[in-house]
Amino acid sequence: MASLLRAVNISKAFPGVQALADVNLHVERGEVVAVVGENGAGKSTLMKILAGVTTADSGMLEVDGRPVALRSVTEAEHLGIVLIHQELNLAGNLDIAGNIFLGREPTWGGVLGLIDHSRMHDDAAHITGRLGLLASPYAVVDTLSIGQQQLVEIARALSLQSRLLILDEPTSSLTESETALLFRVLSELTEQGISILYISHRLKEVEIIADRVVVLRDGKNAGDLVGDEIMHHAIVQRMVGRELKQFFQRHRPEAIAGVHPVVSVRGVRWSEQQKGIDFTIAPGEIVGMAGLMGSGRTELAETLFGVRRMVSGAVAIDGVTIPIRTPADAINAGIFLIPEDRRVQGLILVDTVKDNISLTQLSSLSRFGIVQGSQEDELAQAMCQQFNVRTPSTSQTVANLSGGNQQKVVLAKWLSRTPRLLIMDEPTRGIDVGAKSEIYALMDDLAEKGAAILMISSDLEEILGMSDRVLVMHDGDLAGQLRRNELSEQVIMHLATGGAAKT
Amino acid sequence: MKKVLGIFAFLCLLYLLILIATDPEAWGSNNFNLSKRIGVYGISCLGVGLLIVTGGVDLSIGSVICFCAATFCWLVLDCKLPIPLAIFAILLLGAGIGALNGVLVTYVGLQAFVVTLCGLFAYRGAARWMTNDDIPRIAPAVASWSAFCNDSFLGVSVFAWMLLGFFAMATVFLHFTIHGRYFFAIGNNERAAHYSGINVNFYKILAYVLCSLFAAIGALMEVFWISSVQASSTGNFMELYAIAGAVLGGCSLRGGDGTTTGMIIGTAILCLLRNLIQMAEIKDYLEPVVIGGALLLCAILDEMLRRGISWSDISLFLRQLFRKQTP
Ligand SMILES: Nc1ncnc2c1ncn2[C@@H]1O[C@H](COP(=O)(O)OP(=O)(O)OP(=O)(O)O)[C@@H](O)[C@H]1O
Ligand SMILES: [Mg+2]
Repeated sequence: MASLLRAVNISKAFPGVQALADVNLHVERGEVVAVVGENGAGKSTLMKILAGVTTADSGMLEVDGRPVALRSVTEAEHLGIVLIHQELNLAGNLDIAGNIFLGREPTWGGVLGLIDHSRMHDDAAHITGRLGLLASPYAVVDTLSIGQQQLVEIARALSLQSRLLILDEPTSSLTESETALLFRVLSELTEQGISILYISHRLKEVEIIADRVVVLRDGKNAGDLVGDEIMHHAIVQRMVGRELKQFFQRHRPEAIAGVHPVVSVRGVRWSEQQKGIDFTIAPGEIVGMAGLMGSGRTELAETLFGVRRMVSGAVAIDGVTIPIRTPADAINAGIFLIPEDRRVQGLILVDTVKDNISLTQLSSLSRFGIVQGSQEDELAQAMCQQFNVRTPSTSQTVANLSGGNQQKVVLAKWLSRTPRLLIMDEPTRGIDVGAKSEIYALMDDLAEKGAAILMISSDLEEILGMSDRVLVMHDGDLAGQLRRNELSEQVIMHLATGGAAKT
Repeated sequence: MKKVLGIFAFLCLLYLLILIATDPEAWGSNNFNLSKRIGVYGISCLGVGLLIVTGGVDLSIGSVICFCAATFCWLVLDCKLPIPLAIFAILLLGAGIGALNGVLVTYVGLQAFVVTLCGLFAYRGAARWMTNDDIPRIAPAVASWSAFCNDSFLGVSVFAWMLLGFFAMATVFLHFTIHGRYFFAIGNNERAAHYSGINVNFYKILAYVLCSLFAAIGALMEVFWISSVQASSTGNFMELYAIAGAVLGGCSLRGGDGTTTGMIIGTAILCLLRNLIQMAEIKDYLEPVVIGGALLLCAILDEMLRRGISWSDISLFLRQLFRKQTP
């Protein structure tokens, strides 16, 4: 029997970039194929071609052994190929059911086309139930967490009766338990003969789920791995062309007794329902913050950064209490935030890489209020080099960069200055292994220079690997604090799900 | 850049048509009149253009012009204020109106469209009340100012030279200073700008202040230009000409896009179109039709440029449409 899908010698170029060069890929029925590669290797571009979002410059696509031309998403969907994009694509003002059935709403009343709300919501509830998404189908998407929104996207794809489901980094904002749930759903789907193309930078997931791994490097095939060959180090070696020495780079200083904390947070609340959050971070300390989606981690970060109004409480930097009402106040005090959603809060997508990087410090790049173009260029060049941002030039529009490279631009934007307290909300989302280890090295470096780092992450591996201490949030309050020697996945999950702290 | 070149080419074409249509004897005087109109109209276009870059909009410009002009007459005729002092007071009034708009949009959180729509009604009404719907006899009082402004320098109206000065300032502000950068950042992604530590409310209010301030300057120009104010007609539709000029010049009403050069070219196109219509002896009331059509055409071309749509895409689209209808 012919393969479900075969892509032969696919090439695609963008101005200044050869995104794909003669790439081959095939997918069998019921097979899970993982596509891995560094940021900008061309994974998303290839998937978009398979799903009819864009067309290749050259190459051939075959479905069920017959050559096809996929000129639009609808054509691909007719053949049963559905792509869930790397970046969320939902109508935020509609409810869950409305999003799942957008464009395919069940109707009654003939030409009147009245929406059959009860059927739509029943069907939606059925699908979301299968995915373990607890929100009501009437919940408006904007009120959901990013993780829940991702599940809505997956529900939408399931409702399309797809034969080949393409997931571009579906788990980058899901928690472990949500990921486990997704994997259960995916394996059910493969048993029904549905094939899956799966992209992720979390190689542990790839090890678990993939029947075969296709590695891309610089837009070219860099080998396939099957069965027992699918192992972390083997994948990494194919991806970057060398072995990575050390992943988590943390040179922990001996705890110095009696040093004054860089930051002390006292009774901070952003809503009346909370008890208030207290913690301190010492110079050079990296504190991880774990918790489930919606546990209040992002809210805390936003409150400390002055985006959200502080109902009560105080924040002191180096012993001095600082009133924080706006982000500008926070920045002046040396508090920087790498926000959770790069496309909404982190970047101005239609602007160039250069403009984005320089935005936070234009005043230091200007004389008499006039921006000094050459200094700005230099800064952007230097930061792109340091963070290994893959872009044809610093004048490239950020929207044209690959997802991981966009995230690197957000980091570059903030880390060109030295913070006192750096708050990172999911800092490595969508970033490849090589770049991740570079970012960890950078965090280590900042810590060594005496900065305090608060790292919010849903990636437990990252939390365990980088933190000197871990704070666990549950329901808007601190559920517990774990020192390095007390750390384990079980204890963190126990606290995050509302279990009592051991005393 | 490409956009500005495109509309500049269009402007040249229009000008060529005008030259062809006029008697060479009259070229000089026609140029002078054109430059005068562009000078007066360009000012409010620059103002609203800066505001549009931040994602705002101001529908009250015409009424603000009228209100400022009426207040000017009142200050000069009834309060016997010396003209320089009255000018200063009007500039303050303009800035104050802008600040009020800005505060209502930012701190109170109202929509710009609504706030300035209310202004559109209120300020004109206020002007009519102030003047009792009469025509104040301002001409003798401003005669010397009027004479100066209506003069020409190097064959071009003094108004146009004034506009050039404001254009230079606006260009430096918008395209070379950090403040201009912040305007663009806010227009493109207000959230990201806020998260970058930019004082978003301050800059948005500043944009409204500049817009109304420029409208006040426009009001003064108008008074010196025609030496007369009539509350029911002065400044009528000026907001529409200003916004149309900015949009023709490449400003996006979604915010975050636009150049000062484009705004001036846009205004010039509107003025030339009007001139051409008058010369072609097209009925006066058809002018809005022509301007509306030109604006729509530009918007369509612009959207096609932005999306990079080529003819093959259009034909593909048409074919798909056709296929859907024949199952
Ligand atoms: N619309 C576009 N215009 C210009 N260049 C583009 C465009 N889309 C993608 N590229 C470039 O093509 C290359 C491949 O991008 P792609 O998004 O496929 O990478 P990726 O493998 O998905 O990376 P990531 O892991 O970061 O998501 C990148 O260098 C990117 O900058
Ligand atoms: Mg990608």
